[in-house]
Amino acid sequence: MLKAKHKTGLVFFPAFDWAIDPTHPEREERLLYTQDQVIEEGLLDIDGIVELKPDLVNVPDVQRVHFCVPNPLTVMTESHFISAGGAKTIGCAVMEKQIEKGFALVRPPGHHAMRVVHGARGFCNVNIEAIMIEHLRQTYGVNRVAIVDTDCHHGDGTQDVYWHDPDTLFISIHQDGRTLYPGTGFPNELGGPNAIGTTLNIPLPPNTSEEGFLYTIRNVVLPILEDFQPDLIVNSAGQDNHFSDPITNMNFTARGYAELTELLNADIAVLEGGYAIEGALPYVNLGIILAMAGIDYSQVREPTYNPDRLRQSKDVTGIIERVGELVLTYWQQRGAIQDQVRQKRNCGQRSRQLFYDTDGITESQKETIQICDECGGAWRIDSTSDRGRHILAIHIPRRACPKCQKKGQEWFTEADGKVFDLIALQDQSTDTYSVRPA
Amino acid sequence: MIIGLDVGGTHADVVLLGNEGVINEIKVPTDPENLFQTVLSALDQITADIDAAKILRMVMSTTLTTNAIIQNKLPAVGMVVSSGPGIDPRFYRTNDHFECLSGSIDHRGREVDPVQFDEIERIIAKFKAAGIRHVGVVTKFSVRNAEQEMTIAEQLKGHFEKVFLGHRISGNLSFPRRIATTYLNAAVYPIHREFFEAVNNSLTRKGLKVPIRILKADGGNMNFEASIDYPAQTIFSGPAASVMGSIAFGPENGDTLVLDIGGTTTDMAVLVDQVPLLDPQGVELGGYKTLIRSLKTHSIGIGGDSAVRIANGRIQVGPDRNGPALAHGGPSPTPTDALVIMGKTRMGSRERAEKGFAPIAAQLGLSLEEAAFRVFDHTCRQILDEAERMVTRINQQPVYTVHEMQEGYQVRPETILVLGGPAPLFAEHLEALSHHKVGVVPRWTVANAIGAALARTTCEVNLYADTEQQVASAPEEDFSERVDRSFDRAKARQMALDLLKNKALARGANAEYLEMEVTEDLQFNMVRGFHTTGRNIRIRAQVQPGLIHGYDPVAGRLM
Repeated sequence: MLKAKHKTGLVFFPAFDWAIDPTHPEREERLLYTQDQVIEEGLLDIDGIVELKPDLVNVPDVQRVHFCVPNPLTVMTESHFISAGGAKTIGCAVMEKQIEKGFALVRPPGHHAMRVVHGARGFCNVNIEAIMIEHLRQTYGVNRVAIVDTDCHHGDGTQDVYWHDPDTLFISIHQDGRTLYPGTGFPNELGGPNAIGTTLNIPLPPNTSEEGFLYTIRNVVLPILEDFQPDLIVNSAGQDNHFSDPITNMNFTARGYAELTELLNADIAVLEGGYAIEGALPYVNLGIILAMAGIDYSQVREPTYNPDRLRQSKDVTGIIERVGELVLTYWQQRGAIQDQVRQKRNCGQRSRQLFYDTDGITESQKETIQICDECGGAWRIDSTSDRGRHILAIHIPRRACPKCQKKGQEWFTEADGKVFDLIALQDQSTDTYSVRPA
Repeated sequence: MIIGLDVGGTHADVVLLGNEGVINEIKVPTDPENLFQTVLSALDQITADIDAAKILRMVMSTTLTTNAIIQNKLPAVGMVVSSGPGIDPRFYRTNDHFECLSGSIDHRGREVDPVQFDEIERIIAKFKAAGIRHVGVVTKFSVRNAEQEMTIAEQLKGHFEKVFLGHRISGNLSFPRRIATTYLNAAVYPIHREFFEAVNNSLTRKGLKVPIRILKADGGNMNFEASIDYPAQTIFSGPAASVMGSIAFGPENGDTLVLDIGGTTTDMAVLVDQVPLLDPQGVELGGYKTLIRSLKTHSIGIGGDSAVRIANGRIQVGPDRNGPALAHGGPSPTPTDALVIMGKTRMGSRERAEKGFAPIAAQLGLSLEEAAFRVFDHTCRQILDEAERMVTRINQQPVYTVHEMQEGYQVRPETILVLGGPAPLFAEHLEALSHHKVGVVPRWTVANAIGAALARTTCEVNLYADTEQQVASAPEEDFSERVDRSFDRAKARQMALDLLKNKALARGANAEYLEMEVTEDLQFNMVRGFHTTGRNIRIRAQVQPGLIHGYDPVAGRLM
């Protein structure tokens, strides 16, 4: 009889009645064939694999991570509350040792959602991993977390959420931003002046195969994880590196994903993208679940699998090796780089424009952070959208020092109420979210 | 008149029902070594002095196949299983003669790898050398495309007495469950067939030419002809008989917990508005997880004759049974003895009960009466705790749409119905502990046989349509039809209901009283590129388990 080596929990929420719009990749049909495959394989009957019913997240769970404009109920649908809730259910079950590992096989995804949310970007409205992680931190006192994002697209939302957090290591492996949405995620994006090196980006060239992905995991990601010593490892398990994915250009396979999952040995995996709904997802998800549970996955194979056509060229291998070396160097020299960054005048400030492709919104941000050696640093974002909303978002980190706590409070009370439509303080040190009355 | 017969582990209960209600009820002891004799003697007694011509039919529930599976007394059969990509099917080996062969079909029913004929030839030779007469054939995703199962069966034809095909056994997904279910059907087939042919023959000799129906685990019945092709559906029908005997007495609107308190076990089930809940997957028995449609029942090893002992200062009831209660000549203390000591019943020897209970009272440091009450109280609490856990599990069943998540029906039983031998003795205390209204099912000792007699003919149909591939099919019904691109969910529902009606009639249902309902109705637009290329439609329809119409008033007259 089959038995899981690691007790593995699964939240399956395919949202069979929810779509961004009828022909959008993020539509009702997306996990239909995955469900068929999972049920036909009898995965949920295996001793040691349990299916959990998702809880819903609540508004405070969302506001611990996001500044939703004008509020969470406006930018989220019921399906977002459930998909974030699915991740939270898995996280809690792992922390309470109900399961050893868990996979939230949910939609809609979340890794393009940033701190300030005016609408949907890259099919994402709220960041379901971050909502889960911050809930686990507040509830179970988890501190150091590593997120490894293996979606084909740069996890720019998760990067933004943890840009200033030295306790969260965010590593994104993705197709080179010069060739794919969202066009970011280069190795020199290393995090804010208080957290240099806890954001790492590993862009891989188009046509990277199993060989390249597994090389990167073994030689770059695992040594860095070993150094960082996280309390918890989360995998943002996008599945669009698959050779049959319609919107990307990579050559990864179901068995490769399974091996990656085994190597990474994450506590929690959360589904992100992946839109080859017939040719890839049923097999990739099967492989990931088997690998998490510690069950033989050697017979998992897509009907169109042809190893000869998926072999990686020497050029591609060379690029991958050089990127890996660069990222390792940045990681090793992160202290020195942080000192350099801090020597620049205005290093605590940045201005940028963000585009919400799904909803067609443009946002301008002016961000200021307290340079601090005691904590992640309080920060504020002055954000304007072309829909005419102007807000001030203020954040006090979870383990804030008294100086940063004071600074955040000052920003909150002293902001000019006439200028902003919304002034909000997200104080993770007291786990509160306050909005200044108009 | 209808005869209902439920053969349980200790007794066979048989009733004769007419329009006026229960005409006669009889209990005979079960001889586990000779179920045939048990059935015949029960039928002999109930039909004595009855005009055979007035007997409309006979509905039976027996432990025949269940016991054969639990005791692993199954004849050798051959299993042929496809080994396409995915989990290695050898993990799902059910028996000695289990052969994997090439071929694979994907989730939409497209052939990926073909069947290899030379492999089948080798398997035939192997099976024949082993003297195998019955074979099961199962391929992955055969409920999406049965071609490969049929190709294999075609080649096996003539070499074996009977071949069972996975796609005809159930329309639901789950390759491992399909393997187990097909295996069990093939394995219990000769046992089931031999038994009922013997029953039939001996009834014919007695001049009782009465149609036989057989109860299934889902609380419905099927005619004898259908049972020959689906013999495993007869397993686990005992608990279903009890539930069917209770449903008329639950509230028309509201949730009810049914507790069948027997000697060895207590079986639990839930009714919602008088309709029993079904298990979403299927029976689990003797280590086999199956696709056999079944009522959602839960059995615990606590009953009136469970062994009572003190372990580490705590009362422990069951899960073992050493024999009858002390008061009835048994070897060790039981909850029934507690009831005797408490004066709740005058049946049996109080003296023997007290003598056997003395060590328990001494270990608890209580008087005999106090110790008896504590044991009884503990028994009731444990039954209610288990029931609550079952309800929690039912409510935690995952759902896959936002709508169901929002509307999510939560079962909250406010009424409890008890039946089985000691039922009335438990009712009062269960009511005090649970704060729910507790009712005793009328004729609680034979309500199971009444349930068998009054059960409807039930069945299920799964229709799958893929308009991109222009096909609608229900492989379980051997049905496949080309459809055009205008085919939609409304047409699919009608098609499924038509199939269901024909199936129910073929299995013996009354055309005038078909309680059909659609239980799953999903339609997905299939989009490739930015264009809708077809619809993927899944419809599941069933005849709901319930009582045959004309006899509902009978149940009323029993109250």
